[in-house]
Amino acid sequence: MSKRRFSFPYLIWMSIFIVVPLLLIIFYAFTDNSSGKTVFTLEHLKAIFEPLYLKVIGRSLYMSLIATVVCFILGYPAAMILASKDFAKKSTMLILIVLPMWMNFLLRTYSWLSLLENEGLINRFLTSIGFEQVQLMYNNFAVVLGMVYNFLPFMILPIYSVLVKIDKSVIEAAKDLGANSAKVFGRVIFPLSIPGVISGITMTFMPALSTFVISRLLSGGKITLIGNIIEQQFTITGDWGLGSALSLLLMVLIFVSMIFINKYGDESVGAGGLL
Amino acid sequence: MKKALVILLSVLIVLSFVGCANDKEVLNVYNWGEYIDMAVIDMFEDETGIKVNYNTFTTNEDMYVKLSKGRVSYDVVFPSDYMIQRMIEEDMLQKINMVNVPNYLKVDDVHKNLPYDPNNEYSVPYLWGTVGILYNTTMVSDTVDSWDILWNEKYSQKIFMQDSQRDSMMVALIKLGYSQNTTDQAQIDEAMNLLIEQKPLVLGYLVDEVKDKMVQGEGALAVVWSGEAVDAMSMNEDLAYVIPKEGSNRWVDGMVIPKNAKNVSAAEKFINFMLRDDIMLMNANETGYSITSQSAIDQLDDEWKSNLAAFPTEEMLSRCSVFEYNADATVMYNKAWTEVTAH
Repeated sequence: MSKRRFSFPYLIWMSIFIVVPLLLIIFYAFTDNSSGKTVFTLEHLKAIFEPLYLKVIGRSLYMSLIATVVCFILGYPAAMILASKDFAKKSTMLILIVLPMWMNFLLRTYSWLSLLENEGLINRFLTSIGFEQVQLMYNNFAVVLGMVYNFLPFMILPIYSVLVKIDKSVIEAAKDLGANSAKVFGRVIFPLSIPGVISGITMTFMPALSTFVISRLLSGGKITLIGNIIEQQFTITGDWGLGSALSLLLMVLIFVSMIFINKYGDESVGAGGLL
Repeated sequence: MKKALVILLSVLIVLSFVGCANDKEVLNVYNWGEYIDMAVIDMFEDETGIKVNYNTFTTNEDMYVKLSKGRVSYDVVFPSDYMIQRMIEEDMLQKINMVNVPNYLKVDDVHKNLPYDPNNEYSVPYLWGTVGILYNTTMVSDTVDSWDILWNEKYSQKIFMQDSQRDSMMVALIKLGYSQNTTDQAQIDEAMNLLIEQKPLVLGYLVDEVKDKMVQGEGALAVVWSGEAVDAMSMNEDLAYVIPKEGSNRWVDGMVIPKNAKNVSAAEKFINFMLRDDIMLMNANETGYSITSQSAIDQLDDEWKSNLAAFPTEEMLSRCSVFEYNADATVMYNKAWTEVTAH
């Protein structure tokens, strides 16, 4: 039995649902049929470099970067706690991290609305104990919060899966040779966990960069990210060419950042990781 | 496992044949979400024996993109005024034979001969309304009678605008004293800058959520469609609705038959059915929007009939006009609105 025969269904699947749509995006990005017939054009590509879109792309990069950093700062210690051998409640905590992902993502984001609104639960509690109402929603803070909340598990799990696989004898050896715990972490554990960190960063950064639901809901439609602009081109203005060109740019951005972090990752030794 | 699969497949195949054998007449309807009393569909099916496939859309643009780029075919669609005009211009609609829609005679004259379909050839009005300001009387101390209040810093972070380009641009254009259908780039730019200037005061740009938020007291002022206002006011007594003195938009959602419709005679029956008094009343009750025939309006209860949000006076209506479509201007509006949202 050759492996090839097994891979056949996957090949069909991938070509229909991944390759063909990609080609379609490229096709729409470089053609124009407003005059009735399809002609090659670079207009869409030129249009995406207007200051308007560049500003939105900059904002998207900035906000998804912040969200990724926050996810990392919160996620790494969580993964370490999970991976530590003497942590008895490990499986319970793992389930608690994964459990929200069983619920629909839209539903979870909507429930943040009822917490953060001016008349939401948090503010009602604050005003009932005599504090001033604070505006938690309709701003950058809420959007980043939504991204962190939704994508944190994607940071924790890959780091965790690399951390548990680290050979404990390596750590023991470091300790035997006189390294204190800070040194063990800095010189042994962290370098070995880099592949997990890279997967974690990619898996939080990519969806954060392209999201449009989180920004729409939690900013009340006030903060526009590149995902929102793309969605607008497809559903409202019907300018599929511009929408495809912008999607293409987004893919290039993600691709470049992946090369960048993977390159950085290759320099450190380690096994595992998802990419 | 394999056996189960085979059985499942054969059941599916048999079922699909059963589906084919049953050659019941079918009507494909495409309407806005939550814009009908679903019992009306059942009644139509019972009375005519025609099966209705009912699908919904969220915005005119959404519907237009699906219809023009997709390969779908619907028999009755419910676009708004300017979109009807666009579809007529792009040759997407067919003329309706009013002989087969006798109830059209009951539609009040005020809803006929409007600029988007000047000779009433392609569309029959379904529901209509206005755009205005819904405000919370406990949070707003000034008199609300002008669009200017939406630029008043006193209400910073208490204002909701529509996430709908024509409606929000309309507000700015009218405040500046221009026509809501302007095709002048300079005027559109001026309106765009006015909306960008307003942005720090705005709490959010919403469509469907605005009603619930106003009922909760999340904001003080909101630009809304009249039906939403009627609904919101019935849920919170502190809310009031006004059509600003400078004028506003009045809109009509019509029923049309696309060129590629497969069952025109059933479509005509359906449109005629929708214009029956009892059906209009059911839909008015369900949606809160205004109906188009005086004989049906007379049967509403007095409180509703006298609600100025639902049925504005002639003087109020005379200040309002309907959107018109212009292909070049649409590009300008798209661009301006993207600038506002992206700012």
